[in-house]
Amino acid sequence: MAAKRRTRVLVFAALGDPTRLSLVAKLCRGQPRSISQLTERSKLTRQAITKHLRVLESAGIVHSVHAGRESLFEFDPQPIAEVREYLGFVSQQWDQALLRLKSFVED
Amino acid sequence: MRDSIEKRIELKAPISRVWRALTDYREFGEWFRVKLDGPFVPGQVSRGQMTYPGYEHVKWEAVVQKMEPERLFSFTWPHPRTFAKVDQPVDYSEEPTTLVEFRLAIIASGTLLVLTESGFDNLHGDRRLEAFRRNDGGWTEQMKNIENYVAHEP
Repeated sequence: MAAKRRTRVLVFAALGDPTRLSLVAKLCRGQPRSISQLTERSKLTRQAITKHLRVLESAGIVHSVHAGRESLFEFDPQPIAEVREYLGFVSQQWDQALLRLKSFVED
Repeated sequence: MRDSIEKRIELKAPISRVWRALTDYREFGEWFRVKLDGPFVPGQVSRGQMTYPGYEHVKWEAVVQKMEPERLFSFTWPHPRTFAKVDQPVDYSEEPTTLVEFRLAIIASGTLLVLTESGFDNLHGDRRLEAFRRNDGGWTEQMKNIENYVAHEP
């Protein structure tokens, strides 16, 4: 439970940054990419991109895989799917609470 | 996917009635299903115990933020709330919090209530939230991409 909570917070935190979101947007097309490919056409340095990738990795959103001498990063949809599911649960709780409020004030 | 939840509901009741149901701690407790220790006071912690069936062991704790009569009632709460037993003290200050806002407006049929819960990306304090607000456009756009992806490739 605690671990799950931690992961959720990490996922939201990891996604709360435009650079990391653009990395996720590139990677979520399915193709694993190298740091060099991800740095191309970016104003950021390789080091900066690597740092952002590590944040995404710690939230489980990307995984690094070795291909020869290079590290490739690939997208894992699972953590984002879990966060979506959690928001859906909270949303459902509110639907129920608001319906109770509705019958409470309309009676 | 956004970092917030928004709900709109039309209530066939005068705004003063809805305001009371939201901000009188006993009335709030009736529909929310929580037994609160005392009245809501801005800036103060509200404590109580859930009465929702199956969740009676869960402690309620929130910090009341704003009470602008018949307009806005808001509080922050630790989220996800720890399902702490009442006799087990838990340090909620270590938990990430979200902001819950109830906004009211008069409409022809009675009252429009807009509920938002935001700050799911809030890690430590409000800095994340601020960052999110500044980047809202980009964030929303990007999340659509991700959402499409996740929806199509479960």
